[in-house]
Amino acid sequence: MENSATLPANVVGAQRSSRTRRLRGAIRPWLAPKVAAGAVIVLILIIVGLLAHWIAPYDPNVQNLSHALRPPDWLFGSHLLGTDAVGRDILSRLFYGARVSLVIAVMVVIISGVVGIVLGAISGYFAGSTDFLIQKLVEVVWAFPPLLLAIAIMAFLGQGLENLILALVSQRWIAYCRVARGQALSLRTREFVDAARSLGANHTRIILRHIMPNLFPSAVVIGTFSMASAIISEAALSFLGLGVPPEIPTWGSMLADGRTYISTSWWLALFPGLCIFFTVLGINLLGDGLRDILDPRLKRSGSGIG
Amino acid sequence: MLRYLLGRIIATIPVVVLISLLVFLLIHAAPGDPADLLLSEEASPADIADARRRWGLDQPIYIQYLHFLTNIAAGDLGMSFRYADPVIGLIGQRLPATIELAIASLLIAIIIGVPLGVWAGAKPNSWADNLGSVFGFFGISMPSFWLGIMLILIISGYFNWLPSSGRSTYGVAQGLETGFYISHSLLSGNIKVAWDGIKYIIMPAIALGTGMMGLVMRVTRSSVLEIMSEDYVRTARAKGLDESTVLWRHVLRNALVPVITVVGLELGTLLSGSIIVETVFAWPGSGSLLISAIQSRDYPLITGTVLTYTIAFVAINFVIDILYALIDPRIRFGK
Repeated sequence: MENSATLPANVVGAQRSSRTRRLRGAIRPWLAPKVAAGAVIVLILIIVGLLAHWIAPYDPNVQNLSHALRPPDWLFGSHLLGTDAVGRDILSRLFYGARVSLVIAVMVVIISGVVGIVLGAISGYFAGSTDFLIQKLVEVVWAFPPLLLAIAIMAFLGQGLENLILALVSQRWIAYCRVARGQALSLRTREFVDAARSLGANHTRIILRHIMPNLFPSAVVIGTFSMASAIISEAALSFLGLGVPPEIPTWGSMLADGRTYISTSWWLALFPGLCIFFTVLGINLLGDGLRDILDPRLKRSGSGIG
Repeated sequence: MLRYLLGRIIATIPVVVLISLLVFLLIHAAPGDPADLLLSEEASPADIADARRRWGLDQPIYIQYLHFLTNIAAGDLGMSFRYADPVIGLIGQRLPATIELAIASLLIAIIIGVPLGVWAGAKPNSWADNLGSVFGFFGISMPSFWLGIMLILIISGYFNWLPSSGRSTYGVAQGLETGFYISHSLLSGNIKVAWDGIKYIIMPAIALGTGMMGLVMRVTRSSVLEIMSEDYVRTARAKGLDESTVLWRHVLRNALVPVITVVGLELGTLLSGSIIVETVFAWPGSGSLLISAIQSRDYPLITGTVLTYTIAFVAINFVIDILYALIDPRIRFGK
């Protein structure tokens, strides 16, 4: 008898307005200046990284010694941000550097997340001696000062992309592992896990289908902060000459050049540093906003910078 | 307390042993034979065969590890190729410079970060708070090595106010065997030498301390904000105390507890940050020693420096744990 067609217009209007209000409530946190500024910066970085091949005015590795150490020429020059000691275009190298930073950071964050969450979920779900062993591993890896283990790995294993990713992951999975373990410990005794078990689900299925989905929101928040720290660490390792091979342009290795030519050519050090700084700032702002939206409980556990 | 202390010491030993195992495995994971790595490049095949026997590289790997471990326990970290000196002595010479830099950075972070945090937390959402929040975000997002380079560029390069590298003017700090130039010369009343040291340390300390400052500022702010709404603060106000007494005497005392925790947790970041900042400023500490050892493939020196840093970090965390137990009896007795 009664359906929405016969409802008075004002009731339908009220329903709709409550829906739009809810929608607006869901959108509003994303429009906070912090989140919006962070999102814009990250978006620019992604676009520049993706389009580096098309928007870079020069090949980032082409040397032109007759154009070496040209200062920035804002208006009419052929090199907007100047050139380095062997005449490579700084702007083009910055664009390609964005791609390198982004790809490495994303890979590091995903690998750390998978390793950390899987180990953390196993550790918390099985408890007992499995937990003890995994937690000993956490304790030992965490006993190294941040970045030192990465430096040691690069020093012994040598330069290269795989080693760099291994070095950056080496301590970064721990943040995920800790949170995942804590949550898995409390989830394992919950009714829905008991129910799944009594229906005949095995451990793998319970961990994959019932424990892990619950760990997702915290993992996203840790992921953004860990992305910021991965970009800084990658730049730091490249700065020290311990990153990817020298022919790949990275912001960190450009900064190392900048340190060498600091007394004559300020532009070599200024621009790559600005890129690192604004990228990290953008990701941190976004991460802070995401935390407020997705997982307010993490708010008091520190910023996760390291 | 004694029982707690003993328990903590016993719990630390396996961690140190496992750290040495991890470093040992890293050396063995390196491409090439450890004998090639650990001998200089000029070594002849006969030297290498001799070294393999002497270092027991022809023995099973667990025996090799036991040798490695007993050598570390005896304080023998081997000989550096490049300097042809015992590694432990080389690190010992450089350590005071690193410690002095770390302390200076910590002081800068606290002296600037805490007041800014209190100021921001006492007036949430005011312009002071917003400014502080921007400052805090800048602090944690600024790579120390870039800040260092910019300081050199502007302060040394443009204005020529402060020296851009090193630790002291040549010849000034001679005879300060302890290696702690500033504290030593201050204690012995030699103001001129101390001032020279301070001029050299200001920029590296700012570069290294800014990240920590941002963090200290943010933690102080949220901690002050939380404590401002406690009953005892209302009582203090009701007693008629003026606002600044309430803030600096009553609120700050309790607000500092989480700040101390964060500073303790972040000492490791400061330690590893010093490796990079020392490289930027050519600061003659153990961090720049590590990087130059890596560049010259001086593997015994790399191994020794990595182990020294890590064991120092474990020791710092140990001391912090003990301090907590002293402050808070619940940690000593409870679980």
